[in-house]
Amino acid sequence: MSVSKRRAILSMPARYAINGVLMILLVVCLQALTASGALTGYYTKILILVGINIILAVSLNVATGYLGQLPLGHAGFMAVGGYTSGIFLKSVDVGQASGGQYVFYVIAAIVLSGIVAAVFGILIGIPALRLKGDYLAIITLGFGEIIRVVITNIDSVLGFDFTYGASGLKRIPKVTNVLNVALCIILTCLVIHMVMKSRHGRAILSIRENEIAAESCGVNTTYYKVMAFTISAFFAGVAGCLYAGNLGSLQPGGFGFMKSIEILVMVVLGGMGSMLGSILSAGVLTVLPEALRGFSEYRMVVYSAVLILMMIFKPTGLLGDYDFSLSRILERIGIGRKPQKKEAAK
Amino acid sequence: MFSTIVSQVINGLQSGSIYALVALGYSMVYGIILLLNFAHGDIIMVGAYVVWYSMSNLGLHPVVSMLLAIIACTLLGMLIEKLAYTPLRSAPRLSLLITAIGVSFLLENGFQLIFGAGAQTVPTLVSGPSLSLGSVTVSFPAMLTLVVSILSMAALTFLVQKTKLGKAMRAVSEDMGAAQLMGISLNRTISFTFAVGSALAGIGSVLYLCAYPQASPTMGSMLGLKAFVAAVLGGIGSIPGAMVGGFAIGLAEALVSAAGLSVWKDGVVFAILIVVLLVKPTGLLGKPIVEKV
Repeated sequence: MSVSKRRAILSMPARYAINGVLMILLVVCLQALTASGALTGYYTKILILVGINIILAVSLNVATGYLGQLPLGHAGFMAVGGYTSGIFLKSVDVGQASGGQYVFYVIAAIVLSGIVAAVFGILIGIPALRLKGDYLAIITLGFGEIIRVVITNIDSVLGFDFTYGASGLKRIPKVTNVLNVALCIILTCLVIHMVMKSRHGRAILSIRENEIAAESCGVNTTYYKVMAFTISAFFAGVAGCLYAGNLGSLQPGGFGFMKSIEILVMVVLGGMGSMLGSILSAGVLTVLPEALRGFSEYRMVVYSAVLILMMIFKPTGLLGDYDFSLSRILERIGIGRKPQKKEAAK
Repeated sequence: MFSTIVSQVINGLQSGSIYALVALGYSMVYGIILLLNFAHGDIIMVGAYVVWYSMSNLGLHPVVSMLLAIIACTLLGMLIEKLAYTPLRSAPRLSLLITAIGVSFLLENGFQLIFGAGAQTVPTLVSGPSLSLGSVTVSFPAMLTLVVSILSMAALTFLVQKTKLGKAMRAVSEDMGAAQLMGISLNRTISFTFAVGSALAGIGSVLYLCAYPQASPTMGSMLGLKAFVAAVLGGIGSIPGAMVGGFAIGLAEALVSAAGLSVWKDGVVFAILIVVLLVKPTGLLGKPIVEKV
């Protein structure tokens, strides 16, 4: 491995600077495209949908890809986030708010829906994660269905209109736009990436590789499982908020088992444990049915066939656990500080 | 008041015996290859469509179409096992589980594509005199359901306990490797387990149609999930457990409905699941699983 020892190394601040500049460029580009009117309503709609699905897939990937569990109630967390933000945005009457206040309310809605979903994640995670494998899958499925049943029927218990039952929560202010979706994606990926590169992330990965070995090395498995699960739920809640702000109405039926599976297909297809894979497959699987209109009725059939074939022929997904790293490519082509002779000799 | 409760209990027993039949399939498959066969519920749906198609479009006699449905379910179960699960026998459990979900969705969406999303009304399958006990009347389908399911459970118990194939099934579920060393054909035994489980699902499907004569692409998923809850409640992998669990879930649902809370029915079933998993994950009659390093 003498070659890799002499490889150029980019310092951490430089890496952050490069990535930061690229992110700002992306946001500026999107903003310019929207402002110039190059993005028509239809494309904006698709871009927003892609963005929401990216957040969902990346967040589910934390629990499925990195932690190695199979939660089937992801849509439930999304529903919690969506309803939280819907009820919040309606009650503060965000349409009447002025500039600064409007921004504050939108940020508050996003954060609030994430936090409420995360609280549900903790509440569900602590009992559910005592179990593993199939039992975990089925208990999260049960919780997801219970969340849906509760949202549908809670009004009759409370005695006033809260979630508006099966007819759905309507006239939610449409606060979602390309810019805040892009910012949310960047923040989601950044936070998840940073967590996964930290010692906490390594602890989570060790649970996936071998739970018993991790435990005997002193990893507090319950703590880290709940942590990964909560992060996953938090960002699902954020996605739910953006979803509510995009559609303007929510129906409990839209957050069933079907939706959870749709997100799971994105994660499995892209590669369990690969953020890039989740992003790409969320993009492709959202755009494809839109691009091929006639295809949309075959969509779920194709999804399920893909799921089976994928598991039989390439169970790790298209990208496996490969992740894209710009710094690695730059280092490969020799950009960065060359290590000193002495350092290289070590 | 009393007669309402009694008739709800009879309803509960009727749906409970269907749950029990379906739960048996889950339990047997789980016991033998540790797979939560999500597609099991959708086999019921396929059976219902076979009955509907052969009666409405082919004009067959109800009994013939019921038999056809049971045969179709059996073959379908074996086919799914051969095509989707056999290639993954040594794969991680997660892959197997995702495949099962894939199969379930393929069946649901495939049938939706072919026959449309709407429900198809199945003509009356059976008719006969209803039994009246004082102020309570027991309908003919309810009696038939109870009798048929108890007979099938008795037949299954005989099959598992007294025949050579049943012995092979028990051996494989105890220790797959050792069973193979004793000369038991793994492939044949697993196929046979799927066949028996799916045949029970087929019987369940026919009995379900006697009570609710409608076939729709998604009818299997909720029924399957509840039957799975029943299997977990009774102790997954245990045959008497699945029977007890099925009746318990059916009765619980009927009592919730009797209390006027029928919209919360699904929620209650899943709440039972969660409580069972937290308090006694092995279920009422299940054996504890010892984790080995």
